[in-house]
Amino acid sequence: MTVAYNDFVIRFANVNGSGSASANSMFAKALFRMGIPVATRNIFPSNIQSLPTWFDVRVNEAGYLGRREGVDIMVAMNAQTYVDDVASLKPGGYLFYDNSKPLAAHLQRSDVHEIGMPISTLLLPEFSDLKQRGLFKNIVYLGALAALLNIEFDVITGLVAKQYKGKEDLIQPNIHALEIGRQYALDYLDSPLPIQVRRSDAVGDRILIDGNTAAGLGAIYGGATVCAWYPITPSTSMAEAFEKYANQMRLDGATGQRKFAVVQAEDELSAIGIVIGAGWNGARSFTATSGPGVSLMSEFLGLAYFAEIPAVLFDVQRAGPSTGMPTRTQQSDLLSAAYASHGDTKHVLLFPATPKECFDFAADALDLADRLQTPVIVMSDLELGMNDSLSEPLTWDDERQYDRGKVLSAEQLEEVEEFGRYLDVDGDGIGYRTLPGTHPELGAFFTRGTSRDEYAAYTESPEAYERNMQRLETKWRTAATMMPKAEVLGVGHKTGILYYGTSALPMQEALDLLQEDGIGLDRIRVRGFPFGREVYDFIERHDLVFVVDQNRDAQMRTLLVIEGDINPAKLLSVRYYAGLSISAETIHAQVREHFEALKLPRLTEVQS
Amino acid sequence: MTFVAKPRIHHPHLPLNEIGLTRRDYEGSVSTLCAGCGHDSVSAAIVQACAELSIPPHRFAKVSGIGCSSKTPSYFLDKSHGLNSVHGRMPSVSTGANLANRELFCVGVSGDGDSASIGLGQFAHIVRRRVNMLYIVDNNGTYGLTKGQFSATNDKGSTNKKGVPNLYEPIDLASLALQIGASFVARSFSGDKQQLVPLLKAGLMHRGMAFIDVISPCVAFNNHNGSTKSYEYVRAHSDNVVNVDYVEDHAEITADYDPGTCEDLRMPDGSTLRLYKLDDKFDVHDRVGALNYLQRRQEEGEVVTGLLYVDPDAADCHDILDTVPTPLNALTEADLCPGNANLERVNESFR
Repeated sequence: MTVAYNDFVIRFANVNGSGSASANSMFAKALFRMGIPVATRNIFPSNIQSLPTWFDVRVNEAGYLGRREGVDIMVAMNAQTYVDDVASLKPGGYLFYDNSKPLAAHLQRSDVHEIGMPISTLLLPEFSDLKQRGLFKNIVYLGALAALLNIEFDVITGLVAKQYKGKEDLIQPNIHALEIGRQYALDYLDSPLPIQVRRSDAVGDRILIDGNTAAGLGAIYGGATVCAWYPITPSTSMAEAFEKYANQMRLDGATGQRKFAVVQAEDELSAIGIVIGAGWNGARSFTATSGPGVSLMSEFLGLAYFAEIPAVLFDVQRAGPSTGMPTRTQQSDLLSAAYASHGDTKHVLLFPATPKECFDFAADALDLADRLQTPVIVMSDLELGMNDSLSEPLTWDDERQYDRGKVLSAEQLEEVEEFGRYLDVDGDGIGYRTLPGTHPELGAFFTRGTSRDEYAAYTESPEAYERNMQRLETKWRTAATMMPKAEVLGVGHKTGILYYGTSALPMQEALDLLQEDGIGLDRIRVRGFPFGREVYDFIERHDLVFVVDQNRDAQMRTLLVIEGDINPAKLLSVRYYAGLSISAETIHAQVREHFEALKLPRLTEVQS
Repeated sequence: MTFVAKPRIHHPHLPLNEIGLTRRDYEGSVSTLCAGCGHDSVSAAIVQACAELSIPPHRFAKVSGIGCSSKTPSYFLDKSHGLNSVHGRMPSVSTGANLANRELFCVGVSGDGDSASIGLGQFAHIVRRRVNMLYIVDNNGTYGLTKGQFSATNDKGSTNKKGVPNLYEPIDLASLALQIGASFVARSFSGDKQQLVPLLKAGLMHRGMAFIDVISPCVAFNNHNGSTKSYEYVRAHSDNVVNVDYVEDHAEITADYDPGTCEDLRMPDGSTLRLYKLDDKFDVHDRVGALNYLQRRQEEGEVVTGLLYVDPDAADCHDILDTVPTPLNALTEADLCPGNANLERVNESFR
């Protein structure tokens, strides 16, 4: 028997609310603890109970962790989706199902291996409580998979013990359920299968964490003290992570009082209003939201841009427009975030690609917002925010000081010759600000969304208005020098590929697939907007650049064309927007199609 | 319109407060509102209240929304910072400002359009959050800056300047505040400085959100027969107003009457203003009683003014959130950053 190790996609098809999530997570975590790279994707409905949900785990020794098309092992536990689930199996794949009732003939496929296990029947004499029986179904298949895939059993039992720490009476029944599944699989099924796992050291010191949790921690480390938010999928867990960890890490040692404030606001308008009020008054503050929230916050974002108030937003993007597919991923808020609000407004954006970057950018965003006195929006997405991904461990430099930007103290106010809130003293477009209550006589000014002169006095003078708008442009150019630099990997190919955020996940795999076709691409991962010089240089250096977007309208390409005045013909769009994350196969296929349509030379042809 | 600085010439005999400052130290720039606007009287009352309390004039945070009312924070306390935000959103911005620095006196000024229409949701929720601030609504029943449309506080049947009646039921912000649990609710009249100044002082010193609905007639669009927010109507139907002074073209009408009584004032246009002053027997600690009383008098076409309800022991937003006494904006890296060693422990929990 030829055995394939550590390279498969397993899909768990469950009913939402059936308790499957913790069993499925334990499956992924067990493999991770065996040192095997895994990526999880929870494909869930906008529903609390009864609708179908899927949990994919991609297992890949080589570290390809983007979504991959096709399923090798299907754990089909949901009768509602059975037909589609069986159909999604790759030929030669394995169909694991509960055969307590026989499988209807029309559901059978001759080109896959059926692994039937009478889970319900096995549980009937073991657990009298109906609810328990339902929950333990998930644990039984986990036990069976341990035998079928050769997962180290003590790793799983260790996870159970950890999960139910403090609820010891739950540990034994769970382990018993695991044993039932494992024993049945050893006795009656062809365990282990030719697809197996084995211990590896490919994980290294990486951690398995979701982006929202990492971002919440980043906001704590970055010194945020005010979090105002309104619940919206897929961003909710970011605010919740901030609160959870702040309640552990940000309490006064003596009194237990909080060095932070979390307000669940009445809506997104209020959430951003609180953030702006706090930012104006000198507290680092943020909100977490998604596309519909950004739409609601747009008027306020214009105020913050024009009145020059620091604010940080996390936009965990989902599929729009409107309510769209609220539990599916997309990168479709680029334009609405970049230009949120009426009038000439532009906002600083950051594009994290990994949980580690969610952490780093959360802290960086707080610095940038203070330094630039403007809103900064961190553009995460559901794929990154809500799924556990392998990530470099989070690190913090204990020497790091927060950059609070140009804020004058009472002493500094007395030293400066003249104070004008909107005077461009340093030529970088950023004025000096003061916080309310600083000095009895000096530095007070009135912040407003209406036009004002350099001394913050209301004016409708056309010249003063224009000067102010031009200074804001200068500030925008300053911002471009402060963004995290794009990651560029170029070996001198004539064609490049530009991508951002979670399109990074399948990129290496896609480029390797293209290489096999004789297509070599230089690459650039954009990490911030306004774009730095290196982004335009990259485009300049290449004849053609593929721009990868997870939205229908090629929004990153539009941003590049508008902001860089780039010839649109030079930017070829690669797009995926069906609500799952982009796969290597998609990138590979679309780039190849472009190459064929444009008759671009392959590597071999260039070399010959 | 341009910014006009107020001349800094002090009257030599202005009285000094406890910190050696005069009323002039609490003023702002010259108002750009219409002459006789009730809002300017409110601003003047704020100046007087703050001066009398001897609070250093830079220790306020002034926040407003959009509208005539929301321009007024320019016209008082110019040693303090102010933020003129967006329409209907003063409450959220004030919440943030107060969360950032609990030591400043937060004064929010809004209007009836700002608080009862576009910002009604924010109004309701800041009451629930009990943010420690003074929340003033300059209530004139009309949209002044857009030239005279009805606002949601305007009474049904009341007419606009062209005689067209309002067809919709009014929203009474004071009743609403009582109903959703505000710990300080008052109503006053812009022209009644003797009542308004003590209420403002009490509101500033109240821990939690102090809401004061100030009927403040719009001389341009809502001060005619048929309006129930005119100087004339309010004076004629006020239940519990203490003292009224009314300034139009430098003419002043004053009222002076005892608590528990009504007073009828003859107005220059021939109308009558009836005031009713809440007397000492009124229980300001009975929320449900206040609500009933307000509604009953309202049914009779009377506007109750004065302190309607106060709970001096109520928790404020910071109590509820259990924040440290140090202002959050004064915390430093040492307070805020848990350090890399803790982060390594966090990493370990994700392995």
